[in-house]
Amino acid sequence: MPTLQFCTFYLDKLLFGIDLRGVQEVIRSLDATQVPLAPPVVSGLINLRGQIVTAVDLRRRLELTPRSPNALPMNVVVRSDDGAVSFLVDEIGDVVEVDDSSFEPAPEMLRASVRGMILGVHKLDDRLMHVLDAEKACEMKEAAEAATAGA
Amino acid sequence: MNDSDIVKDFLVESYENLDRLDRDLVGLEKNPKDKDALAGVFRTIHTIKGTCGFLGFNKLEKVAHVGENLLTRLRDGQLILNPEITTALLGMVDAVRQMLKEIDSTGQDGDADYPELRETLTRLQTPTVAAPAAAAKPIPEVPAPAVARESVATPPATPPTIKIDPPTVPRGKGDGSPHKPSRGKIGGLLVERGVVQPADIARALEEQERGDRRRLGEILVALGLAKREDVLAAQQILDAKPRDTTPETIRVGVNLLDKLMTLVGELVLARNQLLQFANTSENTGLQAVSQRMNLIATELQEEVMKTRMQPIGNIWGQFPRTVRDVALGCHKEVAIEMEGKETEPDKTIIEAIKDPLTHLVRNSVDHGIELPDDREKAGKNRTGRLILRAFHEGGQVNIEISDDGAGLNRERIRQKAIERGLITAEQAARMPEREVFNLIFLPGFSTAEKVTNVSGRGVGMDVVKTNVEKIGGVVDVQSLPGRGTTVHVKIPLTLAIIPALVVTCGGERYAIPQVSLLELVRLEADHAPTAIEMVHGAPVYRLRGRLLPLVYLARELKLAGPADAQKTEAAAVNIVVLQADGRQFGLVVDQINDTEEIVVKPLRKQLKTVKTFAGSSIMGDGKVALILDVLGLAQRANVVGGTRERAMAEKAKECVTGTEKQTFLLFAGPGDSRMAIPLSTLARLEEFPVSQVEMSGSRWVTQYRGQILPLIRLNVVMEERRNKLRGLQGAPAPGSGPLQVLVLNHEGHAYGLVVDKILDIVEDKADVKSAATRHSVLYSVLIGDRVTELLDIPAMIKAAAGKPVLPLSGAAQPVQGGR
Repeated sequence: MPTLQFCTFYLDKLLFGIDLRGVQEVIRSLDATQVPLAPPVVSGLINLRGQIVTAVDLRRRLELTPRSPNALPMNVVVRSDDGAVSFLVDEIGDVVEVDDSSFEPAPEMLRASVRGMILGVHKLDDRLMHVLDAEKACEMKEAAEAATAGA
Repeated sequence: MNDSDIVKDFLVESYENLDRLDRDLVGLEKNPKDKDALAGVFRTIHTIKGTCGFLGFNKLEKVAHVGENLLTRLRDGQLILNPEITTALLGMVDAVRQMLKEIDSTGQDGDADYPELRETLTRLQTPTVAAPAAAAKPIPEVPAPAVARESVATPPATPPTIKIDPPTVPRGKGDGSPHKPSRGKIGGLLVERGVVQPADIARALEEQERGDRRRLGEILVALGLAKREDVLAAQQILDAKPRDTTPETIRVGVNLLDKLMTLVGELVLARNQLLQFANTSENTGLQAVSQRMNLIATELQEEVMKTRMQPIGNIWGQFPRTVRDVALGCHKEVAIEMEGKETEPDKTIIEAIKDPLTHLVRNSVDHGIELPDDREKAGKNRTGRLILRAFHEGGQVNIEISDDGAGLNRERIRQKAIERGLITAEQAARMPEREVFNLIFLPGFSTAEKVTNVSGRGVGMDVVKTNVEKIGGVVDVQSLPGRGTTVHVKIPLTLAIIPALVVTCGGERYAIPQVSLLELVRLEADHAPTAIEMVHGAPVYRLRGRLLPLVYLARELKLAGPADAQKTEAAAVNIVVLQADGRQFGLVVDQINDTEEIVVKPLRKQLKTVKTFAGSSIMGDGKVALILDVLGLAQRANVVGGTRERAMAEKAKECVTGTEKQTFLLFAGPGDSRMAIPLSTLARLEEFPVSQVEMSGSRWVTQYRGQILPLIRLNVVMEERRNKLRGLQGAPAPGSGPLQVLVLNHEGHAYGLVVDKILDIVEDKADVKSAATRHSVLYSVLIGDRVTELLDIPAMIKAAAGKPVLPLSGAAQPVQGGR
C-alpha cells in the first residue's frame, strides 16, 4: 500500500498535516510588513531570499482562537500555483508517514467555512492528524469577501 | 516529460513559427525567387505537420499537408508565388493558428475542417485545373495586389500565372514525396548553378540505384559530368547553410529569468551588507574580497537585466502582415520600413506596447495613407510609405510611426472637437496649432467619417494614450498637411524597476511611483493649522490659488486611531501632490524619505482585492514595502469621481489653458534681479551644506545620489567684469548657511545651479516680453507684475563650461573652512 508523507504542525494544540511534496521549506519567524486593508487572515508580507511571500495566519484562517501576541510563530512555506505562500503555525511537528488505511473523511458537523480546507483525518496511534488542503487554505476569495462585507 | 508537456512545447514552438511564417510569406511575395525563405517556410510547415501527425491532431495535419504540397511545388520551381497563392497560404497560417488555439484551450484541434481552404490550396497546386478556373472565375477575396508592386513576375491584371519548369530534377521513385535530402539537394544545387544538366543527375541517380554506394557528387565527377571543384563548392554551400539558420540561442522559461532577477536582487542586498561590514573591519583580506564581490555582483546584475530585454523587432515582425491585410482591405498600396529593430526594452514593456503600436500602424494605413489614385494626383508615389523607427535616448525608448500620407486636417479636428462638445468654439480658436493635433487623444474623439472594419472598433487613440501612459510613457503627434503624420511614443526601458518616492506613515514605508508625483509641499507646524481649510468637512489646501483636496494616508489605510489625527495637525504637515486620472490631490504622510529606484514585484492573489496597492518591493534593508496605487487610493478616498465626462472636460480645458499659463520658479538673480525658469525644467530643489562641496579641477562639485553633480554658481556665470573684484573679496562664496541648489537636467546630465535665494513658484501667462539685456537670458518678461529675467539654461551651462572659473580661491575657502 502506498504511503504518504506529511509535514505536521500544531495550531491551538491540534495536530495538522500537509502533503510534504507541496512544502518548500520551514523557517523561523521573520519580520513581516503589515498590509493595511488586507483580509485579516493575511498577517503580512515577508522577504524570503528576494521573493515576496504572503504570510497567512492559519489560526485565523481556520477560525481558531488567536495566538497570544508574545508567541513567535513558525513559517511553513508551501508552493502554490501563484507563487509561494507562508503559513504561520504555532510549532512544527515531525514528518509523519501514513497510508490510506488510517484515513477517514471529516465528520459532517464541521463548520462549512472550514470543511473545504480539511480533507479528513489520519488516525495516528496517540492522536488525530487533520489533513489540510494547502491550495484551499491559500484561497482568499471567501475570506476577502467576508472581510469587505464586515468593513 | 508527459504528453501535455509535449503538446505545450509544440504549441509554443508553433506559435513562434507561425509568426515567422507571416513575415516570410509577405517577404516572399515581394521577392518570390528567394529560395532560402521558401525553404524556411516549407520546413516550418513540414515540422508542424509532422508533429501534429505524431500527436494525433488529424484535422490540423490535413490542412498543413495540402499547404505543404503547394509549398513543395513552389520550392521546386514548378509554381511561382503570386498574390493569390500568398493569400491562400496566409489563410492556411490563420487556420493553423486557429486550430492551435483550440488545442490550447480544449486539447483537441476543433471541429472546423476548412474544406474550402484545402480545396483552394489543392487547386492552386495543379496547373492544369488551376489556370482555366482562375481565369474564368477569379477568387473574390483577392483584389488588386497592394504590397506586391515589386513582384515583377506577376503583373496584377493577368490571371495567376503558373510556370512549369521544364528542367525538373528527376527524383527516381516516388515523385512528389519529400525526397531524400542529401541527393536531391546537391543535385538541385548543381543544376541551379549550371554545372550539370538534369539528365546528368538522372544518370548519376541511376548509378546509385544500381548499387553504386558513392555519393552523388562523386559519381558525377567519376562519370566526367562535373568538375571536382564545382561539386566541392556546392557541397560547401550545403554545409554552410544549416549553420546560418541555427541561431546560438537556447529557450529558457521566463519564470526562470524572473527568479534569477530576484536572486540577483537579493545578492545585491547581501553585498551591500557585506560592504558595510567590511568597511568597519580592519581585515584587509576581507576588504579585498568584498570589493571583488562588489564588482562581480554589479556586473552580474547588469547582465541578468539584459536577459529580460527583447528586441522590439519581435513585435514589429507581425506588422508587415498587418499592413498587407489592412492595405488589401482598403485598396491601398503600402510599403513598410523598419529602423532600429534591435532596440531593446524590457519584456513587460514590449507586451504592454504591442496593442497600442498595432493600433497606430493600422490607423496610419487606414486613415493616414491615401488611395493610390489620390496619391498620384498629389504627385506622390502610388505606394505609401510607413516607417517605424525605434531608438534609445536618455534612458528611454523612442518609437516613431510615420506615414507620408495626407496628414491631419486641423480644421476638421477643431470642428469635430467642438461638435463633440470637447471644447468650446472660443477655446478652439485660441488653441495653438500644435495642441490641436493632441485633441485626437481625447476620449470620444474620432474624425473617421465612416467606421471601417479596421478602426473605429472601440480602440480609439485615447486608449492608445491611456495604455502608453499606464506604463509611464508619453504620446505626441506631429503632422504636416499633404506630407504625412508622425506619432512619437516614448516609453521607459523597463517596468520592473521604477523610480519612486518613499514615504513613512504609521511606522511603515510606502513607495509612490514617480510618474504620478507632481510636487512636495511642507507646511511648518505654526503655519499648518491655518493653511488647511475645510470644505464641509473635507480638508483642502490652497496651492497657488487652487484648492487641492487632501487625503490623509493614515486615515485611508486605517493605520492610526482618531487621536493621531489631532497630533498631525499640531506638527508640520508633509503633502505629496499626486495626479490620478487627470485630477490632482494632496496625500498627507508622516514623513518623506527619499526617491529610490525600486524593483516592482506583483502582489499575490490573496491581496489582489486590496486596490490601494499596486505591488511590493524589497528595500535596502531587506524589508518589504508596499507600493501605493495612486488611482486606487484616489478612488477609495473619492477624490476622483467615477464619471469619465468630468475628467474629459478637465483634460480638454487643460489642453487649452495649459499652454497659456506656465509655472515658473522664481529666484534671486545677481544684482538684486528677479529671475525665473519654467518649473518643468527643474528636477529637484536641494540644500547642500558648504562642507559637502568639493573641488574637481577648477570646478565646484558635490556628491549627489551616487553621482558627481557639477555646481554652477549663477553669480559667477552672470557677473562679468566686476567678477574679479568680488571674487577676490570672496563675496560669492556663501557663508555658513547651506547652498540653495536647483537641480536641472540638460541633455541627460544633471547640473546644480547655486542661487542666493529661492523666491516662489508662480503660474503666469508671461506674455509681455522684451529682449534680453545680458547673456544667458532668453528675454525679460512680466511675471506677477514684476519684470523677471527668464534664464536661458543651455546658454548658461555653456557659459559656465567655457569660463575659467575665476574665484578659485573663494571656492576653496568654504571647503577648508569646513565648519
